[in-house]
Amino acid sequence: MTTETLIWLIPLPPILAFFLIVLFTNKNKAFSHTVAIGAALLSFLGSMYLFFWRILPAPELGKEPFASAINWIPTGDTWLKIGVLVDPLSAVVLFFVAITVLMIFIYSVGYHNYGQPAGDHDHAGLPPHGATVEENGHKHVVLSIEPMYSRFFAFISLFAFGMLTLVLSDNLLTLFVGWEIMGLCSYLLIGFWYAKPSARDAAVKAFMTTRIGDVFMLLGIAFLYSATGTLSYREIFTANTLHVLATVPTPVFGLSAAGLIGLLLFIGTVGKSAQWPLHVWLPDAMEGPTPVSAMIHAATMVSAGVYMVIRIFPLLSLDPHTMVVVAFIGSFTALFAATIAVAQNDIKRVLAYSTISQLGFMIAALGTGAYVAAVFHLVTHAFFKALLFLGSGSVIHGMEQGVLHTGNHEVDAQDMFNMGGLSKKMPITFWTFLIGGFALSGFPVLTAGFWSKDEIFAEAFGTGHLAVFITLAFAAFLTAFYTMRQITLTFLGEPRTKEAEHAQETPWTMTLPLVVLAIFAVGYGWVGIPEHFPGLGGLIPNWFHEFVGSTLAVMPEAVPFSFVPLATSLFVALGGLFFGWLAYRNVQNTAQDKLQIPVLKNKWYFDELYEVVFIKPAIWFSEVFVSLWMDKGAIDGFLHLFGKVAISTGSAIRNYFDVPVINQFFGDGSAHVTQWVAKSLRPIQSGRIQQYMLVSLVVILALAGLLFYLLRLA
Amino acid sequence: MIPLSWYLILSAALFSVGLFGVLARKNAIAILLGVELMLNAVNINLVAFWRYGDVSLMAGQVFAIIVFAVAAAEVAVGLALVISVYRRRNTVIADEIDLLKW
Repeated sequence: MTTETLIWLIPLPPILAFFLIVLFTNKNKAFSHTVAIGAALLSFLGSMYLFFWRILPAPELGKEPFASAINWIPTGDTWLKIGVLVDPLSAVVLFFVAITVLMIFIYSVGYHNYGQPAGDHDHAGLPPHGATVEENGHKHVVLSIEPMYSRFFAFISLFAFGMLTLVLSDNLLTLFVGWEIMGLCSYLLIGFWYAKPSARDAAVKAFMTTRIGDVFMLLGIAFLYSATGTLSYREIFTANTLHVLATVPTPVFGLSAAGLIGLLLFIGTVGKSAQWPLHVWLPDAMEGPTPVSAMIHAATMVSAGVYMVIRIFPLLSLDPHTMVVVAFIGSFTALFAATIAVAQNDIKRVLAYSTISQLGFMIAALGTGAYVAAVFHLVTHAFFKALLFLGSGSVIHGMEQGVLHTGNHEVDAQDMFNMGGLSKKMPITFWTFLIGGFALSGFPVLTAGFWSKDEIFAEAFGTGHLAVFITLAFAAFLTAFYTMRQITLTFLGEPRTKEAEHAQETPWTMTLPLVVLAIFAVGYGWVGIPEHFPGLGGLIPNWFHEFVGSTLAVMPEAVPFSFVPLATSLFVALGGLFFGWLAYRNVQNTAQDKLQIPVLKNKWYFDELYEVVFIKPAIWFSEVFVSLWMDKGAIDGFLHLFGKVAISTGSAIRNYFDVPVINQFFGDGSAHVTQWVAKSLRPIQSGRIQQYMLVSLVVILALAGLLFYLLRLA
Repeated sequence: MIPLSWYLILSAALFSVGLFGVLARKNAIAILLGVELMLNAVNINLVAFWRYGDVSLMAGQVFAIIVFAVAAAEVAVGLALVISVYRRRNTVIADEIDLLKW
């Protein structure tokens, strides 16, 4: 099998699994998850084989990537092509996507309580409530299996297909197809428990918000196509095409075509990767099941936005104005989301804001031109954020067991203030969560997050983007702070509720993925240690930089080493962790939390702001303007006017023409005439035969006289 | 030889007598008699025109015979009707038999 054929085949198993589950196996839960995990495993094995046996031995992958394309849609005299491309960038993204997807699939089996009895009162569209079992004569409540188990695996399989398509695509059109498939799956999965109003609202919110970005992105794609006549990366990112794009002016803000296209596509990323100002959907998306949060909102879908913007980096970097916008949005989001995360109490919401913040880091890195650093952080973040989300799911799962044990359903299993001391109850979850949290904070040397974040700092400092550097440093400090706050509140100290006392470790299907991801959260950083790093630099060659950097036409220069970013990085990580522990080690309830500031707690009131600025006017526009004024007033008014004109014309014709002329004059008139004639002629028919004969005689005589007269004339 | 016009005058006189009888007499049988007279007036005409025309063509005589036959049948039917009317209504006066009116 050629490498290209293998690449074509990699995305296919999950979509097959989707159709298999939907069409055939959805009644059987065991079959369904076997099919889904089998498909994910096939894709995983294919990807790993591709990565280790085909990609790594390839000598000049950056210059000669694996690519193949076929004609897809005819457009007059050219074709829109569908194709696959594996260059170093898609190779590293494919690597982490394949692993995290498989881990999340396995995790879902445990998370949805496979092997547990069906619930007492569970029904589709609601999370399982637990089942009563009798054991040794006494009853107790255990977790119950998710009612829509198979449906979940069908959706995540479709999702995996979308992500693999997006990563392996060689053009923006198929990338957009994968992008939209994931958008749909995101909607379906956030609203997975559709009987919960909050889940429904969150699903709609996510869909609508990302749609805003998608529309602009589609505009960008259309503009790009009209400007260059192609959407294939390899054809666009040639020196000639880029030069043309950079010099063609557009009427918008005096940007070049490259700048405008870059901005439009970047707005797509802002929506998909939940950057300010379109960040509002992601925290609400935590209504979905936790594997979904991990998959969609940490490892894959939000990464897709960053992946796309990294993809178009050669285009984006042509216009300095666009780069400033990108850097600003990224760094602002990083800091902004981090401040919110500090005051959240829901374990998953903290991670959601953390994700927004970390994606901001990547975007900011890209805005400063740090291509490799952005990719590196994208990959390491995918590993440790998936780990953290799955870990939080494991914590929630353990807490739910505690809730079932005590039977007090008032206790929110996701509120960190209800936890505490879980490190003893759930050791595997604790240690893996700790690793993930430290990676997120950038704990020095050991964790992957340190190396990728350090590289972003070094690049920002080295290229002279001091404002970005300082903003990100603050954000990183807050990151370490809220991470330690989360770990302290969740795992350390003593249990604050009875539920936390009775929390239990989760089954192996959930802890195994945690362990695997934890290995990557630590180990993946070692492939990208800068060569000039004191002590460690050069021990392991900086493979990542060489490899990913070769994607670009000109290999990016590694920035010279400086102690300022390193010291900053060390200080913010360790300082944040330390202060986080210090501030929260004795906190017992929300009243003692100094950072429950309303403005942070309420996410800077962005939801409320959007409510007033966009949603209320939109509702007013639809209900009052469109419905009441336009529809019922203008359009219905017109229709009613037409109706009235027709009716009055009709009745006028009826009253002034039909009734008097047709009916009375012609109809009744002719009848009257006939009647009168008949009445007048009636006496002739007397019944007397001799009278008839007399009349006949007279008539004959008259006719004869007439005939005689006429013949005489002739 | 007597000229044709004499026959025609006789025939017309006879037809007029018959016609007068039909129109003026009250008795239905008398009306039938009038009809007979009119038919015979026609017969005289037919035979006279035959004799004074081409004698080899028999149509005039044949028509006269057909008229006899028809007249005989007509009288038979007519008298039967009169008798039937008389049995039902006890009259043979034509003016009183006026059921067929508006």
